[in-house]
Amino acid sequence: MRTALLIARKDLSIRLRDKSAFIYGIIAPLGLAFIFSFVFNPIQNSTFSAEYVVVNQDGGPVGDQFVGVLEGLGDEYTIREVDSVDDAKKQVEVGSDAFAGEDEVKADAAFIIPAGFSEDLLSGDGGTITVVGAASSALSAQVAFSIADGFASGYDALNLAVSTAIPEGVEVDPQTRGMMFGEAAQVPAPLGLDDVSTATKQLDATTYMAAGMAVFFLFFTVSFGVSGLLEERRIGTMDRLFAAPINRNSIIMGKALTSFVLGIVSMSVLVVATSLLLDASWGNPVGVAMLVVAAVFSAMGILAIVAATAKTQEQAGSFQAIISLLLAFLGGTFFSISQAGGLLEKLSLITPHAWFLRGLGDLQGGEVSSVFPSVGALLAFGLVTGGIAWVFLQKAVQR
Amino acid sequence: MNGDGLVLECRDLRRAFGDLQAVDGVGFSIAEGETYGLLGPNGAGKTTSISMICGLLERDSGEVVIDGHPLTTKSVAEKRAVGYVPQDIAIYPDLSAKENLNFFARLYGLSGVERKKRVDEVLEIIGLADRANDRSEDFSGGMKRRLNIGIGLLHSPHLLILDEPTVGVDPQSRNAILESVENLSTEGMAVLYTTHYMEEAERLCNRVGIIDHGKIVAEGTRRELIELVGQRDRIRLRATGNIEAAAQATASMPGVYEAAARDDGLDVLVDNAADALTGILGTVAAAGVSVSSVDVDEPNLEAVFLHLTGRALRD
Ligand SMILES: Nc1ncnc2c1ncn2[C@@H]1O[C@H](COP(=O)(O)OP(=O)(O)O)[C@@H](O)[C@H]1O
Ligand SMILES: [Mg+2]
Repeated sequence: MRTALLIARKDLSIRLRDKSAFIYGIIAPLGLAFIFSFVFNPIQNSTFSAEYVVVNQDGGPVGDQFVGVLEGLGDEYTIREVDSVDDAKKQVEVGSDAFAGEDEVKADAAFIIPAGFSEDLLSGDGGTITVVGAASSALSAQVAFSIADGFASGYDALNLAVSTAIPEGVEVDPQTRGMMFGEAAQVPAPLGLDDVSTATKQLDATTYMAAGMAVFFLFFTVSFGVSGLLEERRIGTMDRLFAAPINRNSIIMGKALTSFVLGIVSMSVLVVATSLLLDASWGNPVGVAMLVVAAVFSAMGILAIVAATAKTQEQAGSFQAIISLLLAFLGGTFFSISQAGGLLEKLSLITPHAWFLRGLGDLQGGEVSSVFPSVGALLAFGLVTGGIAWVFLQKAVQR
Repeated sequence: MNGDGLVLECRDLRRAFGDLQAVDGVGFSIAEGETYGLLGPNGAGKTTSISMICGLLERDSGEVVIDGHPLTTKSVAEKRAVGYVPQDIAIYPDLSAKENLNFFARLYGLSGVERKKRVDEVLEIIGLADRANDRSEDFSGGMKRRLNIGIGLLHSPHLLILDEPTVGVDPQSRNAILESVENLSTEGMAVLYTTHYMEEAERLCNRVGIIDHGKIVAEGTRRELIELVGQRDRIRLRATGNIEAAAQATASMPGVYEAAARDDGLDVLVDNAADALTGILGTVAAAGVSVSSVDVDEPNLEAVFLHLTGRALRD
């Protein structure tokens, strides 16, 4: 252990001088977190709001129902009814015009319900709601499409339910059918707008960005320790270590220790710096500390495998970069994978990045114990990869 | 140290890299205060042999005994007796000379005042005291070489192993290196010195092992090796007077193998020029010949190598 400390001390003093560890460990992640928080914050942090205009030329029950749905959307939505399609389109055009005056009436999107919509729909011919979105309000317009779409798919289900409720060969007049639809529509709320509003336990955008950058660059910073094995080989000092009166495992331990210290220092600086400079809120320090230590372990394991199997430092460098990028991408460091869902979301769970970010998210609830699953997953990842690395490393310290 | 004063004994060292048998049964021993040279061309197996002796390279077979204790790659305490200077410069370029020395001194268990004292001593020996705190990356090739050697000296090992320490060094630094190696052995250190320069082996080494294709093909003192292949010293005298008479008188002297008259003097073949020269000069003077210059041509290890292998040491 004394030897491992000696080697780690030597490596750290070299790393301190050559600026690369400093750049990867602190400057780059902090700089990018800064830039990203300025670029993305106005969108992500401001609360969502939308102004829609609706033209109801139908006058039938379904048209009224749709207007009712719009009016029931909530405070974020301002809904105006106008009579003419031209007026509605005009307002959307104004909404698209960046140079429009403050006092002009503008809309993010217009819904146009054509005349005879209810009748067509109820007689089984189907109807169309037209949505006109403003180009400059992409998100609000997108939400408008989703609303109409959700309403339409809700009607598909109702249609099916109603038609099976009517015995074959019995003629039902449109009014009765409409009533049946109306009743059926009372029961479920067919619109799924959940995706738009944010889930409960979530990191705010700044913290997510800061944590994402920190864990992304952690995988580079940590590599400066373990890849020291390849450097010793390259500059020939490995032979000196082999000839010295030391146990060869202490060479491995020394490199691991270097990685650990670099990782912890870089993460600690980033947590403090982003908290102070960017108002990032990482959460309970104890929980954050556990996550950081576990994340550093997980990074050490996988990077040690690379360092132990690569032939040269250059090769290790490229492998490390590819693996770090891939894991970070899958792990949702650059964008939230959990919103992608499906296979991608499942795949993200093999990455330490996803577990780290998830742990921080869970920690926002306040309970330190909520990070345990993530810490456990990170440690397990570190143990498995570290175990594999150890086997390869035994060969790396042999000639 | 064991009873017979041997610092190193190695036997039957073998190591193959794939199909290539790099070292094929090398064995020799070195006594306290002795400098042993391993002389052979590039690729002969010198580095591979000493890598096994230092316990940094696994061996396929054989045995290494240092100070009476067997040494393997896993040995710890035994390695303290060995100082190793690799063929290729192996220093931390980002660290200063002093930091490099301090790190390895600690690695070999030196601490406190003892370490400080020894580091300063070594800095003096290798002539880097005034550059002690400069980054070693900025050193000249010769300075790096000297630092490379200094690291091996730090812990005052019983056996110092130097692997071609003068390759790529300017003549001045080279001479300084050779001088310090000479000083070390007079202090009682056993030295194992590999080289492909026969002058270095002749100058430094008490005994030389000639290695080729992973085998030691001959071993002994320089004299023994030369005699082994039947080479004789040639003394050339530039002289005037009755050269024929002088040649006849010389030829009948003990230790003289042949004496031949030439236009401007005479050539004498002897077993040992140093022993025979005074006597020959006396005999020649007695024959009434005056000598204006003397040239001694001793056969060298280069010639021995050529004789043993049919090839030159350097290609
Ligand atoms: N690690 C290695 N892998 C494969 N071949 C090697 C290795 N090290 C040395 N050799 C080969 O073994 C032979 C002896 O090499 P070496 O001991 O370095 O010779 P020397 O030091 O006398 O120049 C050479 O042919 C060399 O190419
Ligand atoms: Mg060599």
